[in-house]
Amino acid sequence: MAMLEIKNLSVVVDSRQILNGLNLTVNKGEVHAIMGPNGAGKSTLAHVLSGKAGYEVTGGEVLFEGKNLLELPADERAAMGVFLAFQYPLEIPGVATMTFLRTALNSQRKKRGEPELTTPDFMKRVRDGAAKLGIAQEMLRRPVNVGFSGGEKKRNEVLQMALLEPKLCVLDETDSGLDIDALKIVAEGVNQLRSPERGFVVITHYQRLLDYIVPDIVHVLAKGRIAKTGGKELALELEANGYAAFQDEAA
Amino acid sequence: MNAEVKQIKTAAESALAANFAASKSRLPGGPQTAGEREQAFKLFERRGLPHRRIEEWKHTDLRVLMRDAKPLAAPPDAAAKDRAKHSGGLVSGVPMHRLVFADGAFVPELSDAVDFLAGVTMVSLADMLARNDAGSAFAPPEAPQAGGDDAALALNTAMMTDGAVIRIAKGTVVDKPIHLVFSHSGSAATATFTRSQMIVEAGAKVTLVESHEGADDVDYQVSTALNLVVGDRAEVNRVKVGAEGARALHIATLIADVGEGAQLRDFIFNIGSAVTRNQLFVTCSGKNANVMLAGASLQRGTQHADTTLVLDHAVGGCTSREVFKAVLDDESRNVFQGKIVVRQNAQKTDARMMTRALLLSDDAEADSKPELEIFADDVQCGHGATAGALDENLKFYLMARGIPEHEAEALLIQSFVGDAIETIAHDGLRDALMFATVRWLGARV
Ligand SMILES: Nc1ncnc2c1ncn2[C@@H]1O[C@H](COP(=O)(O)OP(=O)(O)O)[C@@H](O)[C@H]1O
Ligand SMILES: [Mg+2]
Repeated sequence: MAMLEIKNLSVVVDSRQILNGLNLTVNKGEVHAIMGPNGAGKSTLAHVLSGKAGYEVTGGEVLFEGKNLLELPADERAAMGVFLAFQYPLEIPGVATMTFLRTALNSQRKKRGEPELTTPDFMKRVRDGAAKLGIAQEMLRRPVNVGFSGGEKKRNEVLQMALLEPKLCVLDETDSGLDIDALKIVAEGVNQLRSPERGFVVITHYQRLLDYIVPDIVHVLAKGRIAKTGGKELALELEANGYAAFQDEAA
Repeated sequence: MNAEVKQIKTAAESALAANFAASKSRLPGGPQTAGEREQAFKLFERRGLPHRRIEEWKHTDLRVLMRDAKPLAAPPDAAAKDRAKHSGGLVSGVPMHRLVFADGAFVPELSDAVDFLAGVTMVSLADMLARNDAGSAFAPPEAPQAGGDDAALALNTAMMTDGAVIRIAKGTVVDKPIHLVFSHSGSAATATFTRSQMIVEAGAKVTLVESHEGADDVDYQVSTALNLVVGDRAEVNRVKVGAEGARALHIATLIADVGEGAQLRDFIFNIGSAVTRNQLFVTCSGKNANVMLAGASLQRGTQHADTTLVLDHAVGGCTSREVFKAVLDDESRNVFQGKIVVRQNAQKTDARMMTRALLLSDDAEADSKPELEIFADDVQCGHGATAGALDENLKFYLMARGIPEHEAEALLIQSFVGDAIETIAHDGLRDALMFATVRWLGARV
């Protein structure tokens, strides 16, 4: 059974059809890249997968490990193993990063019937994860993402992903706003999570990220559906020719 | 010509007049105090119960909210004392010097002796008035007349039975907070009128905690007031915990005078009573004084709470900050009225006021009116007011990490309130109020 099966998904936002019969299958162990022009609906897809309100699904279905994902609230999807690294991570003043991480991890464990982590165990995991991503301890003492640079916010997303150990990782333009050094660190962090048990959907506008996170399959999302699928060479082709061929004649 | 329109007395006003007439002979104090009480009651009668056409009381119309006036509470019996003994629960984990008041009367046997502390003198108001009738201790010559014409305060002056009269001598640093524990027994629907005073002399440092509690099933009425003088370079922290019973009416006044280079940090935590009014009249009367007035009000059901403050920058170089937060569930209503006055010669004033309401229900209501009256030209003043629901995007971010909706909301509400609670300097008190907030959220359905 495929890990993720998206069948004929149609989504309307503010009475505009954004996704229009999208099909995508992700098996565990696979890394899929989704590329597409700005406004194509890449974030919309990521949000619908993770359960954000405000998107009206007008057709199709999404199965995760055979279960209908669309009828579950966001927190249950997360506990099942769906993770979204946000394109624009939010700042939460007044909530300490450590409290946030611990609450998230323990909420998920509780829902799965696993015991809570002990404080030393939790601290060690956070420290190790942060060190790998070059996140200073001082940052972890601040409220979530408050005063973080764009790059620090993205690294914080990957830290959360590493701690929560999801089955399906959806990365929404994790490369945007990163300089080349930060990009390498983040890609390294993602690559360490690659495993035969885990699936990835890596959303990006540029091919550059895919030099470091090498995908198995590349899709082009345009006009609300997967317009083309190929190997990693498709990314290079898009880099060279742009998305013009996939867009509306007079966009 | 008398411009005041004579209004027909409400039932509560008639009852208050009858109560004053009936109890004045047993109120503490000699002839001079009695005269001052008469004067204060006359002022109250002229004004009547504050109502919506009095600007300062616009949203808290006592003619409507106070249907009747309860009789003055009798001296506390054994049951009342026992309840008082266990009062102050929200901050009970913090080591403090406790001074206990049951049904408006000081209970020495339940209180810690504080007189033995070097530089601290404390006497109950009733004792002080009984022993020496030197007139009102509540208008030290240098104190301003702030709040002097407020009807609710005048009523308190007329009826006051007891309270703490504390003096902290020059340079004294009090080791632990002094805790005034006010408890209403709820054995009957009665009214209490307490009045306290704290004079903190130059360079002294003290934390004062006030807690107000009572039975949930009785519609008792509480009037309480504190006159606070913060001497030059003194540092005073006050934390007032309002946790009255669910049906109570609570009206509290703070009159504070802050001296040169002195610091006052005030925090009002409100979680109880059906109707709550906190009014603050604070005057920066010495240069370079530093004032922080903050508060958090957690309301549900039909709870009504009103914070109205006047901060008077009478002299220059002073800094003031206000941070008031309200969390409003169900059909509750919060009112914030804040006025900052900067006198003509109060140059280099730095004043900033912020009030924010978090609406957890469509039926909750927040009214806020920040006001600046600036007569000086070289000042920095600002204010802001917001009211809104929880941020759905933040909620989604938390839920996308696996945090259930209810818990995600609780975290966001906690952080909203925490921002104000953070201003409390004392670690133990800060933690206690944060914990009380978490408990309040835990009871949210
Ligand atoms: N919350 C929203 N409200 C209104 N329009 C939206 C909203 N979210 C996305 N859109 C619109 O949907 C389209 C797809 O957006 P998005 O999924 O963010 O694209 P991408 O991530 O591919 O750049 C855009 O035209 C965008 O303006
Ligand atoms: Mg996007």
